[in-house]
Amino acid sequence: MLSRVAEHIYWLARYAERAENTARLINVNTHLQLDLPKHLRPGWKPLITITGCEDPFLRRAMEANEKNVVRFLIGDFENPSSIIQSLKWARENGRTVRDFFPRDGWEQINNLYRIASAEIYLGISPRGRYNYLKQVILGVQALSGMLSGTMSHDEGYTFLLLGRYLERADMTTRIVDVLSTHLEEQSGDIEYYEGALWMNLLESLSGYQMYRRVMQQAPDWDPVISFLFRNREFPRSFRYCLGELAGAVAPLRNNERVKERIERLEELIGEFDPDRVSGSDLHQLIDDLQRMLGEIHNEIGIAWFNYPLPEESQRQAS
Amino acid sequence: MADPPVAIDWKEYTHHDFFDELVASGAPRRAAEKVCGYLSGLEDGELEDLRNAAELAIKAMGITFTVYTEAEGSIDRAWPFDLIPRIIERNEWRRIEAGLKQRVRALNLFIDDIYHDQKIVKDGVFPGELLADSVNFRPECVGIDPPFGVWAHICGSDLVRDADGTVYVLEDNLRVPSGVSYMLENRMVMKRVAPELFEENTILPVDAYPTQLYETLAALSPRPGDFPEVVVLTPGIYNSAYFEHAYLAQQMGAELVEGSDLVVGEDDCVYMRTIYGLSRVDVIYRRIDDLFMDPEVFHPDSALGVPGLMRAWKAGNVALANAPGAGVADDKVVYAYVPDAIKYYLDEDPILPNVPTYRCLYDQEREHVLTNLDQLVVKPANESGGYGMLIGPQAEEAELAKFAELIKQDPRNYIAQPMLKLSTVPTLTDHHAAARHVDLRPFILSSKHVHVTTGGLTRVALRPGSTVVNSSQGGGSKDTWIVDLDD
Repeated sequence: MLSRVAEHIYWLARYAERAENTARLINVNTHLQLDLPKHLRPGWKPLITITGCEDPFLRRAMEANEKNVVRFLIGDFENPSSIIQSLKWARENGRTVRDFFPRDGWEQINNLYRIASAEIYLGISPRGRYNYLKQVILGVQALSGMLSGTMSHDEGYTFLLLGRYLERADMTTRIVDVLSTHLEEQSGDIEYYEGALWMNLLESLSGYQMYRRVMQQAPDWDPVISFLFRNREFPRSFRYCLGELAGAVAPLRNNERVKERIERLEELIGEFDPDRVSGSDLHQLIDDLQRMLGEIHNEIGIAWFNYPLPEESQRQAS
Repeated sequence: MADPPVAIDWKEYTHHDFFDELVASGAPRRAAEKVCGYLSGLEDGELEDLRNAAELAIKAMGITFTVYTEAEGSIDRAWPFDLIPRIIERNEWRRIEAGLKQRVRALNLFIDDIYHDQKIVKDGVFPGELLADSVNFRPECVGIDPPFGVWAHICGSDLVRDADGTVYVLEDNLRVPSGVSYMLENRMVMKRVAPELFEENTILPVDAYPTQLYETLAALSPRPGDFPEVVVLTPGIYNSAYFEHAYLAQQMGAELVEGSDLVVGEDDCVYMRTIYGLSRVDVIYRRIDDLFMDPEVFHPDSALGVPGLMRAWKAGNVALANAPGAGVADDKVVYAYVPDAIKYYLDEDPILPNVPTYRCLYDQEREHVLTNLDQLVVKPANESGGYGMLIGPQAEEAELAKFAELIKQDPRNYIAQPMLKLSTVPTLTDHHAAARHVDLRPFILSSKHVHVTTGGLTRVALRPGSTVVNSSQGGGSKDTWIVDLDD
């Protein structure tokens, strides 16, 4: 399999997953706005920070109000991680490997982009937003299902899994970050609302039912964080994603360094005890997890996509 | 109660003095009866629904071509498709098919001869000095022996039909002819949108092409016995035919590679960069022009090519399709000699005629051209896409004078042909069908065996009266049916 093709498939999966998770992220924040009294609402600025796109947003020189932020996250082509831009890049990567990809898979991503870009205006309007985001989420899910059911589970598929689960693991930490950061910054009567907020978070990850079946306690800080980080069965939990990554790289050759990085993360998550973690420690943990995921990405590139070794790139830079 | 409005009434349909492929004097031709009957049975709204369904299918399937504009850069456009098929009776098609096979056999013999002994020149049938001017003659190819003596493995010949019904070969494309994927996709769209038409007619299928293409290419492998590694070499997603490159690779199960994916080793073999290092390549279906293929030999600054590719090909370690230098037989002056070449190499009369062509190189023919300039189409030898052409009947006095001068200065570079009256096919306009001019591009595959596509790509000029069928200039396309009436 060509390195270039492997890399395009990997990015296709990452971008598709990013589009879905950005949709989920907007859902979480929308619920926060609706469920909290005015003085406790987080507003929309945190979403910009959490998706790591402060710079392009600053360039827009806009007030971080609902309309602007939602438009920026859904339909802004200048924002590299907006839903529309993610779908566009997923489609472009798909187009580049069209020969490799099952036809139905291509039609799915092509159509999803076509419809999502034609209906941006619906996504921005408060009434159309839920349906729009749901359409994006279902569209990406349909793509995954179709590929799972029609694409040979060979090396190409492995790179699809690597892209998907790396991105998903990262985005799950970001989604948790939205709520935990907000809770930590508030005090007093927000506790009254906390249960409902955690429940919404789970809903936005399609995880409320699964959570109830596993945890048998009302949604709250410790159990929800434990569920989303440490549960091995729920497909959007961090640890589940790690398991998928480990399984995907296992049959590949030259996998030693990537495997080692995944094991290190697994260890970190195994030692992590949500019962005693404070808000700032959680924040620190999330930063560490994201950084280590970035390292895994680099190692994947070095092992299979012809990325230069770190020493080489330093030499090239100097 | 009045009948609901009917969208298409064939009695109202006019095609003037052009030959129409579907309708003759107000009545459908035999092979088109069922389609015409079906269409005239539709109401306005139903016709509109059909058109919308076709448009949606094309968008959803992502059938596109890329156009480059100054304002917007490179954009991916939906493929323009017209619902009314072009129909050819099987008996007529058999003759055309035989004519194409004959023609391509002669063309390959000609190319092979040109790069070896040039017997055709020595025997005085083809003037050797024409080669000196040919921009597609590659001295680097002299003496090379590609497998089966075949140089043009994939040929796309453009056919047109004149007012009296004669089918002529207008030109042969022997370098990187494109369009075959649209032929396949048009059929797919047609089946999705109007399946009922396929129940009523015996339409020969077109989908053998990818398999035949793969077999044609695989037969060229320098490592017989092994499972050959066949790749399609594309300039990348910004090329106007990228869709086709990806499509064909996908249909053949071959890798689609870009120049940067390939490397020529010390052993003069070609390798591709895979996730586990280098892996040998046997056959390259290259969709890059000769001159961009190998910066070591041709354009040194080409970023699309692979340094050393010519070396590997000359050493016989990799097969290239089409072979470099095959384009020597697709310039417009050489075209004029193809009927002579058929006689010379095969000792047969051409089954498919050339458009009558005057070669300005010869005094008598040049005199005829200069006297009748305002009735002729004049073409320079090595320009494609209609550049540098004179259309006599539409030209101003000054332009005629300019061309007369050009011809006198460089007679060898020009040929002239009478203005053909291109045939028409009914094509959907807002609420009815109107006659629009078409051509036909069948594809001929040659290596161990010779195959011709079942029909080909019908291109249609969508503007009234226009004969420009290129998709980048307002052309569209139609599904092409070879219909068996005996079945």
